[in-house]
Amino acid sequence: MTNSDWTPDQPLVSIKDVHKSFGDLEVLKGVTLDVRQGEVICIIGPSGSGKSTLIRCVNALNTIDSGSIKVEGIEVNDPALDKLELRKNVGMVFQQYNLFPHKTALENVMMAPIKVLKQSVEEAEERARVLIKRVNLVGKENSYPGELSGGQQQRVAIARSLAMNPDVMLFDEVTAALDPETVNEVLLAIKDLAQDGMTCILVTHEMGFAREVADHIYFTDRGVIVEHGPPSTFFTEATDPRTQEFLSQIL
Amino acid sequence: MNAFQQYFYDLAQTHPKWNFIYFYDPVQTWRVADGLWMTIQLSVVCVIFSVVIGVVGAWIQGAHSKPLRLVMQGYIQFFRNTPPLVQLMFFYFALGQFTPTYAPDGWLEVPIISNVGWAIISLSFFAGAFNVEIFRAGIEAVPESTQEAAEALGMNRLQIYIYIVLPLAFRVSLPALNNNLVNLVKTTTQALAIAVPELLYQMISIYNDYSTAQNACMLFLFFAYFLLVGILVLGMSRWERGMRIPGYGS
Amino acid sequence: MKSISKSGKASRDRFNATDLAVLKPFKYNQAGQVQDLQFSHWLAEFSPRSLLIIALLFLLWPGLAMAQSNYSFAQALDALWRWLPFIVTKGFLLNLIVSFLTMFIGTIAGVLLGLGQVSPLRPLARLSWLITQLFRNSPWLVLLFIVMLALPFEIEIGGEIYPIPDWLKAVFGLALPIMANISEIVRGAIVSVPTGQWEAAESLAYSRQQTLWMVILPQCFKRMIPPWMNWYAILTMATPLISLLGVEEIITLSRQAMEAEDNHPELLVPFFGFALIIFFAYCYPIARLTIRLEKRFVVRQ
Repeated sequence: MTNSDWTPDQPLVSIKDVHKSFGDLEVLKGVTLDVRQGEVICIIGPSGSGKSTLIRCVNALNTIDSGSIKVEGIEVNDPALDKLELRKNVGMVFQQYNLFPHKTALENVMMAPIKVLKQSVEEAEERARVLIKRVNLVGKENSYPGELSGGQQQRVAIARSLAMNPDVMLFDEVTAALDPETVNEVLLAIKDLAQDGMTCILVTHEMGFAREVADHIYFTDRGVIVEHGPPSTFFTEATDPRTQEFLSQIL
Repeated sequence: MNAFQQYFYDLAQTHPKWNFIYFYDPVQTWRVADGLWMTIQLSVVCVIFSVVIGVVGAWIQGAHSKPLRLVMQGYIQFFRNTPPLVQLMFFYFALGQFTPTYAPDGWLEVPIISNVGWAIISLSFFAGAFNVEIFRAGIEAVPESTQEAAEALGMNRLQIYIYIVLPLAFRVSLPALNNNLVNLVKTTTQALAIAVPELLYQMISIYNDYSTAQNACMLFLFFAYFLLVGILVLGMSRWERGMRIPGYGS
Repeated sequence: MKSISKSGKASRDRFNATDLAVLKPFKYNQAGQVQDLQFSHWLAEFSPRSLLIIALLFLLWPGLAMAQSNYSFAQALDALWRWLPFIVTKGFLLNLIVSFLTMFIGTIAGVLLGLGQVSPLRPLARLSWLITQLFRNSPWLVLLFIVMLALPFEIEIGGEIYPIPDWLKAVFGLALPIMANISEIVRGAIVSVPTGQWEAAESLAYSRQQTLWMVILPQCFKRMIPPWMNWYAILTMATPLISLLGVEEIITLSRQAMEAEDNHPELLVPFFGFALIIFFAYCYPIARLTIRLEKRFVVRQ
């Protein structure tokens, strides 16, 4: 599903002046950013700055109050939007993995293609095995989530979203709940994905990863984008005092 | 009469208080078998109906319409807080008088819901009231984040409910559900009050006819229900273990 | 530069259990506590106003159903009103007496059985467990029948003959499952006391007996009260069973009253409805009290 006007030279995801409030609390106060095809974008910032809310709006898990979000030319804010169609093109990986505990890893990856994309079982299984191999979990296909470590579960979650063949992948602080030893294996999987050309939007605290893999870094604070730039200049030439303060705290 | 039956026949002659008549008298054996069969049938049917009521009720309890939720609350409160015996009697005597009748042979008016029918209705609603709560708790044990992940994969609400929420809720509710089902089997004995010919009723009929068989009948009842419930409990815990989600709760 | 990890816990070996629960806790049945407290919870959730509404519904609804009949609904209510003192004082009162006695005997026997279950003597523990399971899993009605038929109707002690009234036999019959369930409550309460308590007492040179009576049981006592009260409510709800064995309690007397009033079908709903209401009215305050006590006795670890 793409807007027939959209061409790959236009941004894949186009966020314009988005406002979002939860009751009285305004969480997003006019955010604008563009993501081109194949780009890897990292959004960083302190808690409460609205990062998670922003990317949850991209696949319509949260609705925005005003502004526009366009994925491949289709307006996400449109009430007539078929959300299910949108989610076939936008994959999301959550901080809490959220695997289905009653299904094996393989079944978790196969489930959505079978039920939503109506693929045949053989087709879905073949693709699932390929994806599990891709995230380095060969041998764990028949394990249940309860038997896997956090890092392993998160990689299954990535494979599960990839099975839908999305055009853009959203990552919401996916390593924040992991033990330090397992963070790396997940970051490797994402790096792999990025190098294969997948468009990724990551909300993350992993600065080293951002520096290495991101094409562009956005810093948000209290609902607005304060500063952004490519990693080569962002970390060293940050001009805004808020950015500098944040970077000095975490680096 | 074979040796087994002969033994008990002789026992009854020498020990007049221990007349195991149902072992050697085929008529009584059939009565026992009929009673046992009725108990089993009643239990199975009521279990099935009560589970259906539980699933539907749990769904209604989560509905948006407030009057619907209140009706469901009222139903649950009534059946959980009143004696099942009095429920049975109320249904059969008080409500039974309002059921329409039909005449199969043109003469005798037979109500369309028999006493067995009322027992099934009453007991199913009784167990169903507990099941609604059990299933509701099970459904609530499925984290919203898991449902959200399914939503992010493009599944619609119905798919999420059928493939994610219900299987998980069912596994989690299984121990409480089994407890309730065992209770239901025990409660079927109270259908005696409305003359349903289940096991207890039949055994009582036997020793009413043959007063020497009283001890034997009571002994049988004790062991029969012990076995029945025991088998059920064992079977249920086997099933629970088979349904366990690996890694959860360990 | 550190990555900010929210867990901070070291990974366990082999299968790393995740820090996040796969499923949220199942709130119907809490491990370590006796289930069935839910009964009191449900009873107590009824506000007094809704109680009144339900009572009114019981009285009004049949009026809609009985359109034409010679014996009017008002007459049925009138009959109920006349028989009310009889049914309550001679019938319901017996239900209550039976419930008190049963609870008394059942509690004493149940506590002993529960202590037996946690005894270090294996044969005693196994026997107690067997008895508990036996009487927990048997239908109450079957136990009632067995006891009432087995007990003689009079006994001879030292030359004097004492008759045993049928309601007393019913008390023994109902006391058996109560004993088994109280035993489970006691066992559950003892088991739920943290092992640290046993160890602390042991290191102070307490014997097992002393530990049990001076350290563990006093802590258990408070924990046991709400489930105990819950079982009392369940027991009271079960007392109508004795009517099936001929004991003259509220249900039997209601039926006798209806017979005396020529068995008009219009009488059924008011009389049975009243029985339901009076049981509810009795158990409802108990349920509220149970919930209040449960909150007060919440164990802070």
